[in-house]
Amino acid sequence: MDCQLDIFFLEAVLNGILLAGLLALLALGLNLIFGVIDVVWICYAEVVMIGMYGINFAYKGGLPFLLAAVLGILLTAAAGALLHYLVIRPVLDAAPINQLLVTGGVLFFLQAAATMAFGIEFKTLGIRLGSVIVADMSFSWARILAFLVALACMLVLWLFLSRTYMGTAIRAIAQDRQIMPLMGVDSRKLYLVTSAIGGGLAGLAASLMVLQYDIYPQVGLQFGPLIFMICVLGGLGSMIGGFIASFIISEFIAVGSSCFHTEWGYAVAFLFFMVAMFIRPQGLFGSKS
Amino acid sequence: MMTSASRIAAGIGLLAVAALPLAVHTFFADAEKYYLHLLIQILLWAFIYTGWSLMGRFGLTSLGHGAFTGIGAYVTVLLWNYAGLTPWLGMPVSIALAVVVGLLVGYPCFRLRITGHYFALLTLALTEFIRLSIIGLRDYTGGSLGTQPRRYDGGLSLYAFQFEPNRVLAFYIVFALWLLGIYIWLRVDRSMDRYALDAASQDEDAARSVGVDVMREKLKVTALSAGMCALGGAVFGQYQMYINTDTIAGLGLSLNIVFAVIAGGIGVALGPTVGAVFTQVLAEGLRVAIQGSATMKAWFGSSALAIDQGLYGLLLILFIIYMPKGILGTGIDWWRRWRGRAAHRPAQDQAVTANRAA
Repeated sequence: MDCQLDIFFLEAVLNGILLAGLLALLALGLNLIFGVIDVVWICYAEVVMIGMYGINFAYKGGLPFLLAAVLGILLTAAAGALLHYLVIRPVLDAAPINQLLVTGGVLFFLQAAATMAFGIEFKTLGIRLGSVIVADMSFSWARILAFLVALACMLVLWLFLSRTYMGTAIRAIAQDRQIMPLMGVDSRKLYLVTSAIGGGLAGLAASLMVLQYDIYPQVGLQFGPLIFMICVLGGLGSMIGGFIASFIISEFIAVGSSCFHTEWGYAVAFLFFMVAMFIRPQGLFGSKS
Repeated sequence: MMTSASRIAAGIGLLAVAALPLAVHTFFADAEKYYLHLLIQILLWAFIYTGWSLMGRFGLTSLGHGAFTGIGAYVTVLLWNYAGLTPWLGMPVSIALAVVVGLLVGYPCFRLRITGHYFALLTLALTEFIRLSIIGLRDYTGGSLGTQPRRYDGGLSLYAFQFEPNRVLAFYIVFALWLLGIYIWLRVDRSMDRYALDAASQDEDAARSVGVDVMREKLKVTALSAGMCALGGAVFGQYQMYINTDTIAGLGLSLNIVFAVIAGGIGVALGPTVGAVFTQVLAEGLRVAIQGSATMKAWFGSSALAIDQGLYGLLLILFIIYMPKGILGTGIDWWRRWRGRAAHRPAQDQAVTANRAA
């Protein structure tokens, strides 16, 4: 395998950008939850997996895809709120590492539950959107769609956070967890809403992913570590940082995979991440604290 | 530190563990191999968990130990298969490599004070990097299909450190390994390093200001912990005679290690061992229960193996919420409270302090 600056290289780079849109959307939900609640959901990709299964069954049950996607988003939003209510709330005052590990338990549980309920077979929706060919380069519509929806969603979230009362309250509590309850803000309600939004974003990502990827219980392991890496690289809690980091990481993956084997693209991305952390431990856009 | 009564108790306990193969031979003669295998698994994982807990108990919650066990297993096997290097030399090489990797990642982490979930996520990246590298080198490692050490002399050889057919021998090998792990844990527990690391995990600046070389202490315990896990991984490969990235490297393994130690008890010598007993017996018990029951088999079919994973997850959640000190830690607390009610508490506390100082 050689690596030349030809049209295939350009194709890899552009596909990397398209992949970045999806990864940015995934990172967005995790970042929102971290920024507000200060908890890392290590099981975030498993919530996405639940959403993928939900959409799969709704679609195969006869619903049109868009309706199935909406159902999937509602499902993961409920899952997010439930996760917060049952698992995160009891450990809100515990050491941060315990909060991370407790969601590690949720990761095991959800994977096993999916295996028991749905089996280990790969499932696919069977929707083919085809691809577009531009100057010998081929891009799948599913990826282009994912990229556009991810961008639009980020815009909507930004508007929500900056223009609505609830959004303002969420941004305020992210800045100072102690003072907001004194100002009469119900932090418990805000946390629950944020978890639901974060879960809903996972569902949205799931509805884009079912168009490109197979559905199986371990699908989360393929994306989970990548999402954390992007969030940490961008600076946990920084949404702009996560957005830019997802482009960097996805370029490593796309270009590395096209020049070498797929694993090496990922391996180099993880190596780059570690080195980058040693240069800027607070992440590219994290604030020093 | 140890009273003569607890010395005697420890001696009896050790003899009891050492006599386990005899007990298995007497009581489970028809399934001797299986029960010995279970005991071997427990002691071997107990050693690896103990290695992790050396760091974990000081707040260095690493998700990178799946990388160290992987390095230990793969480097030993690859050196044997491709360079003909006996594991007696291959294992030290793999341990040295794991220690170097641990220090390479540890040094900048400690220098930049990357702690808490940043540390956990960064070490998680290390695990993924090693796992992907192993898969990427599939011409040598067999990729995700795994690989096995070349059999030598019918699989029973001192030179090749292969002992799988003789389960009793295998038991005593991992028993010795486990003893080594407990010994290292106790040595660390009673050293000045332990107090330094305790102090550093509570307040690094305060520890530094009273003259603790925090960097040195953390690097020491990282090297020890990484080396132990590499050795455990290497022995695992030699015993199983088959390794792949799911069983001895990767994120799932890293999380398993953390879970077992938390379930057992992180701050006590035998906590990781209790965690190993708990997780192995849980997994095996469920497997036997499902295999033995036609109804359960019919209900869950091929996905039955996921039940233990699901229970792991559920229990991990419950442990962290309700019993963060683990089985043994909580048990010791109960025992102390019960004894504290019987004896006069202040006198006992003084005795403990005096013992600590001695």
